Amino acid sequence: MNIEVEVNGVGYSRDIEPRMLLVHFLRDEIGLTGTHWGCDTTNCGTCVVWMDEVPVKSCTVLAAMAAGHSVRTVEDLEQNGTLDPVQQGFMEMHGLQCGFCTPGMMMTARWLLDHNPDPSEMEIREAISGQICRCTGYENIVRAIRWAAEHSGEPADKAGEVMA
Amino acid sequence: MQVPAPVDYERALSLDHAIELLERYGPDAKIIAGGHSLLPMMKLRLLQPEVLIDLNNVTDLGYIKVESNEMRIGALTRHSELLESPIVSEHFPIISEAERVIADPVVRNRGTVGGSLCQADPSEDLAAVFSALKASVVLRGSKGTRVVPVREFHSGPYSTVIDPGEILTEIRVSLSSPCGSAYKKVERRVGDWAIAAVGVVLRVSNSRADDVGIGLTAVGAEHYCAYEAEEFLVGKELSEETINECARIAAENCNPSADQRGPVDYKRHLVEVLTFRALGKAVARCKGGSQ
Repeated sequence: MNIEVEVNGVGYSRDIEPRMLLVHFLRDEIGLTGTHWGCDTTNCGTCVVWMDEVPVKSCTVLAAMAAGHSVRTVEDLEQNGTLDPVQQGFMEMHGLQCGFCTPGMMMTARWLLDHNPDPSEMEIREAISGQICRCTGYENIVRAIRWAAEHSGEPADKAGEVMA
Repeated sequence: MQVPAPVDYERALSLDHAIELLERYGPDAKIIAGGHSLLPMMKLRLLQPEVLIDLNNVTDLGYIKVESNEMRIGALTRHSELLESPIVSEHFPIISEAERVIADPVVRNRGTVGGSLCQADPSEDLAAVFSALKASVVLRGSKGTRVVPVREFHSGPYSTVIDPGEILTEIRVSLSSPCGSAYKKVERRVGDWAIAAVGVVLRVSNSRADDVGIGLTAVGAEHYCAYEAEEFLVGKELSEETINECARIAAENCNPSADQRGPVDYKRHLVEVLTFRALGKAVARCKGGSQ
């Protein structure tokens, strides 16, 4: 079947099998490999993307279901060469080690901060409770998201330009 | 890689269109809403429908409203919407408390209330909640609409009385009955299915239980209900003694199975403790205690 999906503001049209999962569509059909494919079972959350402005686990959504809808992936966090404060926070606070869970963590974190700009530690922990990290023990991820909360809305040079 | 077997996809553009598609494809078609139970089952080949009928674009099935002294929940309402609803948190702490421990926030963004009930998983929290609330569901097919009590909707594990040509469109909960409710769950880790859980709805007059609903999750209770315990408590004074006895009866009459979540006696013990605690909380709420 043919589907048209808007991903990060760009329209894509592809012929796919109806059984194709959104995570594989993003990675294999349009080459956006920032979204990771992890557990396959809706548990680990590394495949989290936004669909119509809401975080979803893309291993449990059919690409066909995304047709006509808009998807936002981790590639869209950086804007015009400037990292999102969430990305900068993960760098500043060592919020990743192997990096496998990071795209999903950051997409959920961005959504949380858009809806709750000053979350408590407990609110952050609850927001990422459907996502698994096996490196950090979550401590530094929570600090990274707090860092982003404290540095949102700052001028680009402070919140972090992309390093050359 | 876990992916579903080959399947065809149809997008329903309205409720009537969805019913028409169900008629056209027959029992080999499945409605997909949130898909957070259906797609995992398809990945495991526990289900292999020939056609998926996507209901997600029938957005007028997503609502929470008050009508005819009932709260009416559209089948496509997401778990997160139920959790955030002021109507729900004002009238039904049992629903809010259950929703807070269903899966995780990202899954709750997608999973639907109607889908959860139709899935009829023995561990489904909302089935016990709506059973305790003595809610009804609205089923619509090409031959018309019928309203079925939730306590008659589930016919066993993963099975319901819904006909192949019907769609669950709405859940109705009376706004007049409860004055206190609560949901208590024990799980192995955050976001997991219940080892056991208990939902309680109480109406009290002159310090006696006037109407009692007790729903049990994951312990093999018929229709997710603790009938004997409910029957015991109706008309009784709500003392620690009667609540204790009610909890004991609920534990005695449920039918849990031993599995990786625990042995039978442990699950029975949980039912007793959780029934006691949920009743205590509901009684406190009846008296105007903390929400």
